[in-house]
Amino acid sequence: MEARPSHSRAPDWAPWALLLPSLLVMLVAFVLPVGMLLARAFTQPEPGWQNFVLLWERPVYLQVLWNTVLISAAATPVALLLGYPVAHAMAHGSARTRRLLTFLVLVPFWTSLLVRSFATVILLQRRGPLNTLLMNIGLIDAPLPLIYNLTGVLLGAVQTLLPFVIFPLYSSMKRIDPSLVPAALTMGAGPVRAFLRVYLPLSLPGLMAGATFVFISMLGYFVIPALLGGPRQTMVGQLIQDQISQLGSWGVAGALSFILLAITAILLSVLNKLVGLKAVAR
Amino acid sequence: MRPWRALRVLVCTLVAIYLLAPLVVVLIISFSSAAFLRFPPPGYSWRWYANLLNDPAWMDAVGVSLRVLVPAALASTALGTASAVALVRGRMLGAGVIGAFLMAPMVVPSIITAAGLYIIYRGLGLNGTLTGMVIGHIIITLPYVFATVASALRSLDPRLEAAAATLGASPVTAFRRITLPLLAPAVLSSLLFAMVLSFDELIISLFVGSARLRTVPVQIWSNIRGDFDPTVAAIASLCFLVALTALALEALLRRRNGDRE
Amino acid sequence: MTTPNPGTLLELRGIRKQYGRHAAVDDVSLELRQGEFLTFLGPSGSGKTTTLMMVAGLQQPDDGAIILAGRSVDRVPPYRRDIGMVFQHYALFPHMTVRRNVAFPLEMRSTPKAEAERLVSAALAMVGLPDHGDRMPRQLSGGQQQRVALARAMVYRPALLLMDEPLGALDKSLREQLQMEIKRLHREQRMSVLYVTHDQSEALTMSDRIAVFNEGRIEQIGTPSDLYERPATRFVAGFVGETNFVSAVVLGQEDNTYRVSVAGAPMAVSARFVTAPGSTAMIAVRPERIQLRRDGEGVPAELVDLIYLGNARRFVLRLAGGEEWTALMQADAAEESGLHPGDAVRLSWQAHHAAAFPAGGH
Repeated sequence: MEARPSHSRAPDWAPWALLLPSLLVMLVAFVLPVGMLLARAFTQPEPGWQNFVLLWERPVYLQVLWNTVLISAAATPVALLLGYPVAHAMAHGSARTRRLLTFLVLVPFWTSLLVRSFATVILLQRRGPLNTLLMNIGLIDAPLPLIYNLTGVLLGAVQTLLPFVIFPLYSSMKRIDPSLVPAALTMGAGPVRAFLRVYLPLSLPGLMAGATFVFISMLGYFVIPALLGGPRQTMVGQLIQDQISQLGSWGVAGALSFILLAITAILLSVLNKLVGLKAVAR
Repeated sequence: MRPWRALRVLVCTLVAIYLLAPLVVVLIISFSSAAFLRFPPPGYSWRWYANLLNDPAWMDAVGVSLRVLVPAALASTALGTASAVALVRGRMLGAGVIGAFLMAPMVVPSIITAAGLYIIYRGLGLNGTLTGMVIGHIIITLPYVFATVASALRSLDPRLEAAAATLGASPVTAFRRITLPLLAPAVLSSLLFAMVLSFDELIISLFVGSARLRTVPVQIWSNIRGDFDPTVAAIASLCFLVALTALALEALLRRRNGDRE
Repeated sequence: MTTPNPGTLLELRGIRKQYGRHAAVDDVSLELRQGEFLTFLGPSGSGKTTTLMMVAGLQQPDDGAIILAGRSVDRVPPYRRDIGMVFQHYALFPHMTVRRNVAFPLEMRSTPKAEAERLVSAALAMVGLPDHGDRMPRQLSGGQQQRVALARAMVYRPALLLMDEPLGALDKSLREQLQMEIKRLHREQRMSVLYVTHDQSEALTMSDRIAVFNEGRIEQIGTPSDLYERPATRFVAGFVGETNFVSAVVLGQEDNTYRVSVAGAPMAVSARFVTAPGSTAMIAVRPERIQLRRDGEGVPAELVDLIYLGNARRFVLRLAGGEEWTALMQADAAEESGLHPGDAVRLSWQAHHAAAFPAGGH
């Protein structure tokens, strides 16, 4: 109703006391470390812009950055297209369908990314189960190159990203009144138009949230391109690791991290402008 | 509408196969009798599981993982729950911004967090220590705990606390008798998820661990970089089964508490 | 300020509550007597629930005083106010059985166990659910849940029972059944009740007195028949029961009636406010007080439609000025009148059944 109970008086400092430990841990073990890594970009080996100049001058680095964006951009629509019908079935299907699909999406969500990537490596190998199956049913004559290339990275990545598409989509879809599409149909809209004009716009916040999340998490991927990609699918995450563990050049690693975080921050603020992060964080 | 419904069923089926097939394949291969990853296996055996149990490197890794995940998950559950209570019920200024801040480790690539921790730990001598590892894992799991408990708290009717107050319960009593019991399933399920997440964590462990301090994922990682035999499939299957058990446990928890969602 | 009457349980003095610039509750004063059933009636956003929340102590007034059982409760938190409250959506604790829910307030008061057991059983029997103690709230229907909430709020016999739209979530027949039950409990248990609703018929059937809220203020406070027969403002006339309005020119005054001209017809209405001949007033007449004739004296109108209500008939009328009015007639009287849609009719009423309010404003 008009008046919500504003609760009786706990002292004003009580919430801060509850919050303080988390803030301290976050400050010491997250803000400070990330800040110091980023600072390296401007201080090592000596103060200045040298590391960014270096990135600009070496086409290999730019290529890796560009690759990262392209691969992430390719994985996003695939994940959305596959996730959308699943989220729809979860939101509007029977209770049994919803339980089944929720479980199905949660299994990979709870299973280690490494384990799943390893499993995908086995599945997609030249003589792996998938190629064997396709050859046995006579669809292909020779094994397809499914791994150590873009296909491998996308197949591996989309699988790990699907939960991050499906959950925001589901949460925005279940708020859509299921009688709206039938209502549009009674007004003479065909199913495609009813979907495009009524349903799709209402599910847009979930769609955009899912797309942004998939894209930014993919930008930082490391395990999947390393296991399933070839040299041409090297991504920034691997490059950062190489810079640190092979070359010990913390400055370049810092600069790459800086760029990666900048892209992430820009995308998140765009998303925030468009749909509001509250809607995303639920 | 029929063809659309059929398309939806088709995509859902494909996604189901896509998500589960690799895990099923690994499970089958882990029982292979052959030393290579042929599919289908020429025969079946327990030899790779036996291998696992007899290899001190793997057993050590399991020990390290457990010694990291238990304190990390407990700590991040306590921290995340306290923060959620403060931010959702505390009606404090800037709660939204602080909440977003606590979620930040979720969107910052863990390679960046890991590299940063490595720098800090060098100064503190925490690289290669259990403490360093635990702190890193707290950072990775905290956002999930916070998000889970905060969302449970938000869906909890504040009128229940108001009702308790009108019935004679002081704020502390109302929290202890009403809010906390109703929040318990969410707290427990986020504890479980934090454990699973910590058990799965690779990149932080890779950076701040050492040759003697290796978690299971680090051990898997170093094994699959070169030639590998089905021993890795065996440990991967075990990881998968652990995750499945945890998930089932969590589902049971929700069911028992009559959570219909 | 005067000291309250001996029978006064609750007194509000100049209560004010501000949300930003908007005054949700604006200078509300009233008294509730021991054993009285007082209802706050008003549209949503009128301040009635906010006022109730302040009585409960769940919100703090910005200004004014709340005196409960002779002491100011400004600094008393809700859990020490000795009140019981029933919420619209029941607010039963979902993790406790029905018995545990009802026992909760007794536990908070450290009632001895045996005594508490006895009181809980008595309270459950009182609301007609003696055998439902071991169920969980979600296993009960909406009506049963509200009975449990009622038992929980009454089991410790608080000085004052607050109810915030307790029947708002129930369907019509269940609502009417529970209205009777709450009324019975009030009578038998001699409880003092403060009741909030936006349903005027609910307010009329249940209350000893009603306070009509509008835009944060009390428009009128009185017995149901006061409000219905002698509304103090145009808002009350329109909100409580059904009323026809038409503007009229005041011709003159005789004792306590005005002579007015409605659509050219000279009529008499009761005078409530001072006005000068020649000015305009708003006339209000209840549908059941209107008499219909084919000809003779009265306001000319056209019978537009006749609606069958079973025991009565509703006549839809259009006045010369275009106002749509309704008149209500018992079945046999309506049949005797022999009127049909399209007929020209004359409307009349007895002077004391029509009220006049200042034109414009409320």
